[in-house]
Amino acid sequence: MFDDRSPIYRQIADRIEAEVLSGALTGDEQVMSTNKYAAFHRINPATVNKAFQQLVDDGVLYKRRGIGMFVHPQARQALRARLRKSFFADVVDPMVERARALGIELPDLVERITQQASEEER
Amino acid sequence: MTPSIETAGLTMRYGTAPALADVSFSLSGPKICGLLGRNGSGKTTLLSVLAGYLRQSAGTVLVDGEPVFENATATGKVCLVRGTGDASSPRVSVRDLIDFAGRLRPTWDAGYAAKLLEMFAVPLNRTPKTLSHGKQCALGVTMGLASRAPVTIFDESYLGLDAPSRYAFYDALLADVLAHPRMVIIATHLIEEVGTLFEDVLIVHDGRLLLHDDADTLRAAGTAVTGDATLVDSFTLGLDVLNEKTLGRTKSATVYGPLDDRRQAQARQVGLDLGPIALQDLFVHLTSGGSR
Repeated sequence: MFDDRSPIYRQIADRIEAEVLSGALTGDEQVMSTNKYAAFHRINPATVNKAFQQLVDDGVLYKRRGIGMFVHPQARQALRARLRKSFFADVVDPMVERARALGIELPDLVERITQQASEEER
Repeated sequence: MTPSIETAGLTMRYGTAPALADVSFSLSGPKICGLLGRNGSGKTTLLSVLAGYLRQSAGTVLVDGEPVFENATATGKVCLVRGTGDASSPRVSVRDLIDFAGRLRPTWDAGYAAKLLEMFAVPLNRTPKTLSHGKQCALGVTMGLASRAPVTIFDESYLGLDAPSRYAFYDALLADVLAHPRMVIIATHLIEEVGTLFEDVLIVHDGRLLLHDDADTLRAAGTAVTGDATLVDSFTLGLDVLNEKTLGRTKSATVYGPLDDRRQAQARQVGLDLGPIALQDLFVHLTSGGSR
């Protein structure tokens, strides 16, 4: 669940962002209230508040006064754009480095990716 | 109402030995705080002074701006549950003890107390002394929760509960604090288990306040720097190194304090590995040995 190795507000925000990215949470869908989220995950309510506020500031969630928090209709698109920027640095570069360390030839790596892509198309 | 606690230069001596030395901090607003410290670090003394059980040797202790010792206005706002001892009187039944607490505390919620005792399966007809250690702890945390005191303090009072009962206690505590916001201070050794509940963390060590910070800030405050020993040494030069371990040419150093993006990039560039430090490990490094 949540661990004590990094700020919990960041872990909460990451988790909700991942749910928006995967489509588990869709545009204009209401998210759990701060209090429910705190009680469910046994987390300090102030920490949950901070995470939700961060998500509002980042345009992932929006508030409807007296009702609750909702997923911004453009959140998924915006998140995809933001994470695409760091994808190569965060995912591809370390993968290439690891492949090199293991002695896997780059053409083999490319072949695997092409193979997966064509399988998905079918 | 937002309860506040303020101490300045708080010092406590038993005879000549100081149990607390120059402790200054302030807490305000409804929040859950963790008080961490090794055995004999001064936690219980500090909490006893906050609750007005002990008079400090020097310095000030204020609750909502008022001095605590022998001041009923201030002590009435504080409920301290220490271990199980305070809940055990010789010839009084659990039921009588609960009734008595109701008459003593204006904020007491009798219905909630009854519900908690039922949840923890504490027999009402027995005297606290004849209860098992676990049930005595359950009675203790019930006294704290149902007090609804603006400042409620649990001094390791739930450590005797078994794991399911402890989690039931955490859930009850969170639900009750959400419904009735107040200040809760929890002194504990079970950092990994209860850490996510804390908004603030105070660490006492050798009678001194080592630090008081936001819990999430502390979760980001420690970094393990691992790699070639010479590289680790040159990278950590000038940083606050809490702990070092060497294995052959590899070294791992625990660094305290934030590392900005530039420093992080610097580490990656020379091939050093940066890893997070859990709150519990940070506590261990901060309070082990006499180096600090």
